[in-house]
Amino acid sequence: MRYKSETKIMAQDTKIDMSRSVSANRNGVEAPPARVKVKAEGVDFYYGGFHALKNVNIRIGERQVTALIGPSGCGKSTFLRTINRMNDLIDGTRLTGALTLDGRDIYDKSVDVVHLRKRVGMVFQKPNPFPMSIYDNICYGPRIHGTRGRAELDELVEASLKGAALWEEVKDKLKKSAFALSGGQQQRLCIARAIAVKPDVILMDEPCSALDPNSTFRVEELISELKEQYTIIIVTHNMQQAARVSDYTGFWLLGELKEFAPTEQLFSQPAVKETEDFVRGRFG
Amino acid sequence: MSEQAPQREITNMTPYLSAAIEDEVPGPPLSSSSGSIGDKIYGAITFLASLTIFVIIIWIASSLGWQSLPVFKQFGFSYITGSVWDDGQKQFGILPYIFGTLYSSFIALLIAVPISLGTAIFLSEMAPPWIRTPVTFLVELLAAIPSVVYGLWGIFVLLPFLRQYVMEPIGASPLGKFPLFSGFTAGPSMLAAGVILAIMILPFITAVSRDILRAIPRAQREASYGLGSTKWEAISQVVLPFARSGIIGAVILGLGRAFGETMAVTMVIGNQSPQTPSGVSFSLFEPGYTMSSALANKFTEASAGLNTAALVGIGFILFFVAIIVNILARTLVYYTARDVQGGK
Amino acid sequence: MSTQNLAPETLSHDALSKRDGNLVGRQFKNNLMLGLCIVAAGIGLLSLFLVLYFLASQGLRYMSWNLFTKLPDAVEPKLGGVANSLLGTLLLLLGACLFALPIGILGGIYQLEAKGPFANLVRFMTDVLNGIPSIVIGIFVYAVWVYPVSQSNPGKGFSVFAGAFALGIMMIPLIMRTTEEMLRLVPGTMREASLGLGATRWRTMWSVVLPIAKGGVITGIMLSLARVAGETAPLLFTILGSEFYPSMQPVNFLGMSFSIPVFNEPVDALPLRVYKYASGPDTDQNNQAWATALILISLVLIFSVAARFATKSNIEEK
Repeated sequence: MRYKSETKIMAQDTKIDMSRSVSANRNGVEAPPARVKVKAEGVDFYYGGFHALKNVNIRIGERQVTALIGPSGCGKSTFLRTINRMNDLIDGTRLTGALTLDGRDIYDKSVDVVHLRKRVGMVFQKPNPFPMSIYDNICYGPRIHGTRGRAELDELVEASLKGAALWEEVKDKLKKSAFALSGGQQQRLCIARAIAVKPDVILMDEPCSALDPNSTFRVEELISELKEQYTIIIVTHNMQQAARVSDYTGFWLLGELKEFAPTEQLFSQPAVKETEDFVRGRFG
Repeated sequence: MSEQAPQREITNMTPYLSAAIEDEVPGPPLSSSSGSIGDKIYGAITFLASLTIFVIIIWIASSLGWQSLPVFKQFGFSYITGSVWDDGQKQFGILPYIFGTLYSSFIALLIAVPISLGTAIFLSEMAPPWIRTPVTFLVELLAAIPSVVYGLWGIFVLLPFLRQYVMEPIGASPLGKFPLFSGFTAGPSMLAAGVILAIMILPFITAVSRDILRAIPRAQREASYGLGSTKWEAISQVVLPFARSGIIGAVILGLGRAFGETMAVTMVIGNQSPQTPSGVSFSLFEPGYTMSSALANKFTEASAGLNTAALVGIGFILFFVAIIVNILARTLVYYTARDVQGGK
Repeated sequence: MSTQNLAPETLSHDALSKRDGNLVGRQFKNNLMLGLCIVAAGIGLLSLFLVLYFLASQGLRYMSWNLFTKLPDAVEPKLGGVANSLLGTLLLLLGACLFALPIGILGGIYQLEAKGPFANLVRFMTDVLNGIPSIVIGIFVYAVWVYPVSQSNPGKGFSVFAGAFALGIMMIPLIMRTTEEMLRLVPGTMREASLGLGATRWRTMWSVVLPIAKGGVITGIMLSLARVAGETAPLLFTILGSEFYPSMQPVNFLGMSFSIPVFNEPVDALPLRVYKYASGPDTDQNNQAWATALILISLVLIFSVAARFATKSNIEEK
């Protein structure tokens, strides 16, 4: 099970390219102030008997990019998947504490997961387009949520693909199978598919781990652009990526959120010893 | 976006730098006669064994074709379109049997497909593990029960049940006037054959469909849920379309089984052609014959010559139908398996 | 970027709750369809359960020791048994194994080793042969063996040999496919290790691959036996049935004398007996049909359980 072993640290990028991250975060050490979008207070999470998240407290700002980093199995993906209740699909999981979206409890009895997931979109580790045409992939979400008009859908497809910086590449083959696209294009298609349902929050679970450097660059550019409108929470193994794209970064270890700070600050002056070890690559 | 580096041109080949190395001295041969002979025999024997498959199929086709040739010669196409089978008059037409096979299989599919699909979806998408495991075992167990045992159950459990709770009430009600429910209410009937066939192919279609559903990548379901779909939307719009051709293949394989199924059907269908001029009746309550039940029944009293040829002819037709159905179904299942792998 | 119309939708006050016109309809449909699936599963499982229930209860009710030790009794069926059918079934399975095992296993090895379109065609045709109805196999053996022999030699033809031949033909594709699958489970590195040491292909197969996959191959054999043990339709055309024990004949082999079963005489089998007793009018025979069916299913189950056990022990060894 991926949550059991903690032995391998994925800190392949030990040197943080600071010049690059400074230029990406033009705001300097202080990240922009923002309203709280997602808030966890005393959240614990269990897979059966395994205590996967321990007393998590975090305030994630609206229209910011928040990166979650940490070694494999530290709980960062688990936390991400609690926000749209994707973990409900796994038998024997349990959450305690308060996790809210815009001040409303995500785990309240009255909450409908379908509605929640419409507002909290998700992009997965591996591109997972449906075995349909590019067009139908984008329309899948809007259609199930009740959008039927042909013109409306056409417009939505174009806007979503433009939003995901994919329009120019695929506008002539919208009816072709999504499987015909390259890995990087498929992932951008999945992002387009996610924004087509007009979510508030987009969760990204290591969206670039299956992509080549060039596609990764495209997706990162896209994240910076999407930030204008969406709250983005991204789990990444790649510390350079966290430094490049995010405003705030949280460092996770063994199911605990060890440190949460503006990205610049977390990488340049980590407050916690474990964070420093990890971002300096000394963590083993 | 990705610029190709210009190909480095190879302008002049480096001269072959071997001045310091002497020419080789021929060594011992690299081939060994003993080893290669062993492997040749090994290859030949296994190859011949696998050829048995072709030999059997061709042998079946040719021998059944040869033995039934007299009846095809004498009756031609009317062997298939004729309604009368009379040993004494040397009249052999098998239309009622072909119809019986098609009709009983159709009834079986009508009952079994929705139930097995529902069961497969329940097992693969909904049931918690403590239900899933024993039920899956039960389904596999039932797929292993011999046909003759289903027939036994059909005679002593299904027939009395159908007679008492289905056929007699319907026969006595105004519904009994409909052609669909005309005829006896004694029990042995097309309906009984359809139901027993449905029960028999149910575990099979369920098991195959469940395997296909389980093989669909988890990422597909998550993608759908992540966009805010309900469970049914994920199943009906993502999972089922993905599995469609595989499930159709499973249904066709089930149909193939129903076509060739003999014992259970023979035991409950009544083995009597309906008393209509064409020997064909759509009534569910009328007894009938299928190709295989006719074969099994008439076989014992068959005399040599044309009568035997006529029986073998039924086998010949069954053989070809089975081959076609199987090739169709296997091809579908094969392409689904390929698509599923492509989607991962 | 023209994402203006993709701006997040403004939130209603109860944004996360279930009260939403569109959503109510979708949830209703969801519950309805999932409910129908549960109903379907309920109906399916109930009917399957009823089959098992009657088999077990009726079978146990009429089970008796006589069934295993006595011949059918024409005068007092209640006191008779089906010992000859049980022996006949075992004899038929043994005969079927005699020729289906070597062909099936060797063919499976070929399917493992061979590549290319022809090998794919062989695999495909194996599946197709597997799907041919058993009654067709029965009428085929009747056409090529029973009928010609009985024409030239009245009273002969129906025999253990013909029945075993029919069952064997059904076993061949089953064994081939499972053998191939099981051999494929042996890691390629093991074969490469052996070939890398200079072993020939047949050496590698014989001393490395087959020993590792032994349990799996036995599993395949057991499953194919489970599958054909209950076949009735092909036997109808090939063994005729009999009220007596299979006859034995003495043979002398290397100075030792012993008896072997006669392979060219009619014989009885459990599934045929179930058919005969179930379709007859005699109530005692009807009852014995349930018990005989239970014996037959037990035999099938023993093969199935043995199949699982063979693979299990094999895995544990590793």
